[in-house]
Amino acid sequence: MDTRIELRVDGEQRSLTVDTRTTLLDALRERLGVTTPKKGCDHGQCGSCTVLLDGRRATTCLALAVAHAGSEITTAAGLADGEELHPVARAFLEHDGLQCGYCTPGQICSAVGMLDEAEAGWPSSVTEHGEGGAALDESELDDEEIRERMSGNLCRCGAYANIVTAIREAANGSGR
Amino acid sequence: MIPFDYQRADRADGAVAAVGVRPAAAFLGGGTNLVDHLKLGVAEPELLVDVTRLPFDGIDTLPDGGVRVGATVRNSDLAAEAIVRQRYPVLSQALLSGASGQLRNLATTGGNLLQRTRCPYFQDVTTPCNKREPGQGCSARGGYTRYHAILGASEHCVATHPSDMAVALTALDATVHVTGPNGQRDIPVTELHRLPGDEPHRDTVLEHGDLITAVDLPELPMAARSRYRKVRDRASYAFALVSVAAALDVEDGTVREARIALGGVAHKPWRANTAEQALRGAPATEQSFREAAEAELAEAQPVRDNAFKVPMARNTLVATLRDLAGEEAR
Repeated sequence: MDTRIELRVDGEQRSLTVDTRTTLLDALRERLGVTTPKKGCDHGQCGSCTVLLDGRRATTCLALAVAHAGSEITTAAGLADGEELHPVARAFLEHDGLQCGYCTPGQICSAVGMLDEAEAGWPSSVTEHGEGGAALDESELDDEEIRERMSGNLCRCGAYANIVTAIREAANGSGR
Repeated sequence: MIPFDYQRADRADGAVAAVGVRPAAAFLGGGTNLVDHLKLGVAEPELLVDVTRLPFDGIDTLPDGGVRVGATVRNSDLAAEAIVRQRYPVLSQALLSGASGQLRNLATTGGNLLQRTRCPYFQDVTTPCNKREPGQGCSARGGYTRYHAILGASEHCVATHPSDMAVALTALDATVHVTGPNGQRDIPVTELHRLPGDEPHRDTVLEHGDLITAVDLPELPMAARSRYRKVRDRASYAFALVSVAAALDVEDGTVREARIALGGVAHKPWRANTAEQALRGAPATEQSFREAAEAELAEAQPVRDNAFKVPMARNTLVATLRDLAGEEAR
């Protein structure tokens, strides 16, 4: 069944007709030519298709496009401010947080979403549980926290050590 | 993937009616399990009714002191909610140990409960599976069974329910609110999921068209000291081999009350009634915890590859109770 939907992608209003079976990932890549999010496993297990969906990180391979009609999507490319890279993207470059780069757009969107979650005080499963259910103290976003919070993004080159460094440095650089 | 129609519901009664009249219709929540099953050919609905815009996105304190969680509340929001972290830490911890940050932002409370009880053979349409097609036979019997059930399985199915959240809700005695073609009803979460028996295709007691609208957490002061402990093949982002949700009320070194549920061991979240009974009035010692765990697991029937789960479940339960007792003593 074909349905007309609207999406706002990296600041641009886009209109397209999709079959109800189309995932958000396929709508972006195959219909709109937005190839920043990558198709890895296509089953929600690798995180390479991660974007910010209405401001929150989400995998797009398990999201139906029709179910997210009207939503605002920011891909890793859309994080840049003109020619100026997003601080997280810049940190990935500075610290070699990649080898082949295929998982990188998903890693960057996930990291940006994750840093927002941490700033909002969301705990993770490795956050110490204090009396009364600890909120995360921003200063406690250590490497263990970063690894746990980024576990939904796999890197088959194994660039994890530098990915953690890049995210740590980006977090500190933004005044955290 | 077969073609399907899509509707976005704005009222619960409309959603129930739309699904109720069409045998091959299904509700769509965050889609993190269902869309995967559409791709795999495991689910073949002709109509999806999207319920994520229904007005069930609140987390509210009830007059009796409990907390009502709307069915469309996202797993990430529920885990981060202050009242949940403070009063039901086991629930927050269970949610945070499940899936990944990206998936928790999509997955809903109702959808998490209704993700399929499953095993690798269920998800592979080239292999026989009684859960997918009753009567085909069970490929796991005699096959690869590392992740499978050790309690309550039947000759027809040895799959496990993969939810972490549901294990915590089971320990907490949550209540599930359902609205369906025959009206509204409440179901204790301990009775929502089924053991496979001779109907392995049925994961829950829900009938076609039944829609979960909310989950109530009862007022339970002892849950302020509760924990979720999950053992898995890698440190993060994997299903449980075994998990334990527990709350412990200890006074003067004696257990007054224990609430325990196990994950990864059965077709449903496994409420450890036998262990709870054994602990009531017992000294809060490692020996009591071990005896209670052994009593609970006395009926365990491992299959080819998962005998390790019996000592693993025992040890994980003992460790969790020991942690809670230590916390109590401080």
